[in-house]
Amino acid sequence: MPERVMFTMGDIACAEGALSAGARYFGGYPITPATEIAEWMSKRMPEVGGAYVQYEDEIASITSVIGASWTGVKSMTATSGPGVSLMLESVGLAVMTETPLVIVNIMRGGPSTGQPTRGQQGDIMQAKWGSHGDYQIIALTPASVQEMFDQTVQAFNLSEKFRTPVFVLADETVGHMRERLVIPDEKDLKLEYRKLPTVDPSEYLPFKADDDLVPPMGLFGSKYQFYATGLTHDERGYPSDKENVQIELVTRLNDKILKNSDQIIDLERFMLDDAKIAVISYGTPSRSAKKAIRDAREEGIKVGMLRLKTVWPFPEEQVAQLASEVDHIIVAEQNLGQVYYMVKAYASPTPVHLMAKPAGMPQLPHEILDKIKEIKSI
Amino acid sequence: MTESTPVLKHPMAKYIRSDRQPFIYCSGCSIGIVTGMIARAIDNLDLDITKTVIVSGIGCTGRTSGYFKTGTYHTTHGRAIAFAEGVKIANPELEVIVVSGDGDMAAIGGNHLIHACRRNIDMTVICINNFTYGMTGGQFGPTTEHERYSQTSPAPVGNIEHPFNLVKLAASSGAIFVARWTAVQARRATKSIEKGIQKEGFSFIEVIGACPTEYGRMNRFGDGVTMHKHLLEVAEIQNGLPPHEAELDYENRIVCGEFVNIEKPEYTAVLREMHKKLKE
Ligand SMILES: Cc1ncc(C[n+]2csc(CCOP(=O)(O)OP(=O)(O)O)c2C)c(N)n1
Repeated sequence: MPERVMFTMGDIACAEGALSAGARYFGGYPITPATEIAEWMSKRMPEVGGAYVQYEDEIASITSVIGASWTGVKSMTATSGPGVSLMLESVGLAVMTETPLVIVNIMRGGPSTGQPTRGQQGDIMQAKWGSHGDYQIIALTPASVQEMFDQTVQAFNLSEKFRTPVFVLADETVGHMRERLVIPDEKDLKLEYRKLPTVDPSEYLPFKADDDLVPPMGLFGSKYQFYATGLTHDERGYPSDKENVQIELVTRLNDKILKNSDQIIDLERFMLDDAKIAVISYGTPSRSAKKAIRDAREEGIKVGMLRLKTVWPFPEEQVAQLASEVDHIIVAEQNLGQVYYMVKAYASPTPVHLMAKPAGMPQLPHEILDKIKEIKSI
Repeated sequence: MTESTPVLKHPMAKYIRSDRQPFIYCSGCSIGIVTGMIARAIDNLDLDITKTVIVSGIGCTGRTSGYFKTGTYHTTHGRAIAFAEGVKIANPELEVIVVSGDGDMAAIGGNHLIHACRRNIDMTVICINNFTYGMTGGQFGPTTEHERYSQTSPAPVGNIEHPFNLVKLAASSGAIFVARWTAVQARRATKSIEKGIQKEGFSFIEVIGACPTEYGRMNRFGDGVTMHKHLLEVAEIQNGLPPHEAELDYENRIVCGEFVNIEKPEYTAVLREMHKKLKE
């Protein structure tokens, strides 16, 4: 399809991004503020020969998405915090069986039912640590309608490349804001597809990784037959309770993300070159921060921003590097401090100041400007 | 003895991952018999194993999928049917078979079971009902009879709760083919599994099995042989009986047969129709 321009909301841009990435299976359950994704998909999926399936709950949704992905179809679900809470056991299953899929979380106020129609960024740590066991996750944090499209495409690319579940973590404001969206011509999109095995089926080891730590994926209906299980398994896919099998598998699953993090981490450096104060932000608050930084610059304050377009894997080295360049770091996020603790861990001894806001309206530009001035005066 | 006796290969061995033997099942357990039924159904229908997917949840029965040479997957506890729905909808060419335990399908996965019946996605679901949570050591579950003993319903009171009748549950939820057999009625059960596979829609086959190690021991039902003999004695074949009359009273009467065999538009067929219409 040639380039299209729309004036639309973030949720719909996300759905269109998924379709452009080649997603043809959506399993979900309606929830504010992600419902528009489901509604859009219910109309668009059949048009492109795909399936929109509305399940009885989010547990069925995510598990069906794993099943669909094993047939070779790019698959996704979209929900909000309460739905993610239900999905988490099977997020671990997707990690363990190395299943490419995308989970969109349009973050609303929490805990519990919280404020369904108000945004927050309270699920950052949930995405990283929600399922049990040691694992890594990839999470993208778009800040505009265009990025809802672009980063959903990227989420599929990363999930396919690394055979792993990927989160799109958008706060409600980004999900519901309306802006101009340019959907590129499909031939201008660079799309990834999981590696498929090429060996003779009799020699196929379904969980034997290549040098990039990712095993080629046999699919249901192909000539490769396999057993995939959430139990700790060896390269054949067979369950094992041996200590070395557990250590090797868990180490590889973690390294697969960590050692390839340079291909995953995506950051925007905004006015940082001569900055003495750095703001670290993501999603909607980063938009306020940009305005605040421009205003502060007019007043001669040397401030810039490191905007996280990905929060997981955490940009440890980049934050440490930034901390060595500036005198102060301000973390502005729409919660009581989640990325803040990660920044503190890697910025030390540079002081890190939290600008928290556990509520629906993000920090406003003038509030961030005041904070910058306060820090400047220290 | 110098001469070596030729080892006869089990006729169904070709479908089983011999490098995963022995099975984890205890001696006297019914799951091996049902594994054989599924293999025979695949063989009788001459299914292409590269186009067949067998899915299980968690439990002793949950280990069944992993012994087959088809495409197989071992999901989280209770989610086998939900996983299978994704597989079938994403690729309707595949023959999808789910085999799992009564706890997996009627307790933690009960919601998926009833909604899958209602949705009518083409798959064959085989539930081995051994009246207990075998894998975790024999606690009561959703099919444990009232007052029976288990690790969590000890003597003298026994189980305070009342069991589901899975045939009634599946039938009233909308399954298009519903049957019940005991593990000793292997040929009849295999035929029903074959019918389930051939039918276009959601088929549910309950196989009553024995868990002599736990449920049997705690309720003094005897060893595996005794329990299977008992199943033969109390099984009462009543093909075509209305499903709401398909009673299950372990001690005296287990009504067996095919109770539902109807037609209803199948989900993936309707979806394909929708795709065609939208293209026109
Ligand atoms: C979420 C979750 N809860 C609990 C368990 C523990 N668990 C494993 S198997 C099982 C019961 C299985 O019983 P059933 O489905 O009847 O199968 P059986 O072992 O009797 O064949 C339970 C409770 C688990 N694995 N996952």
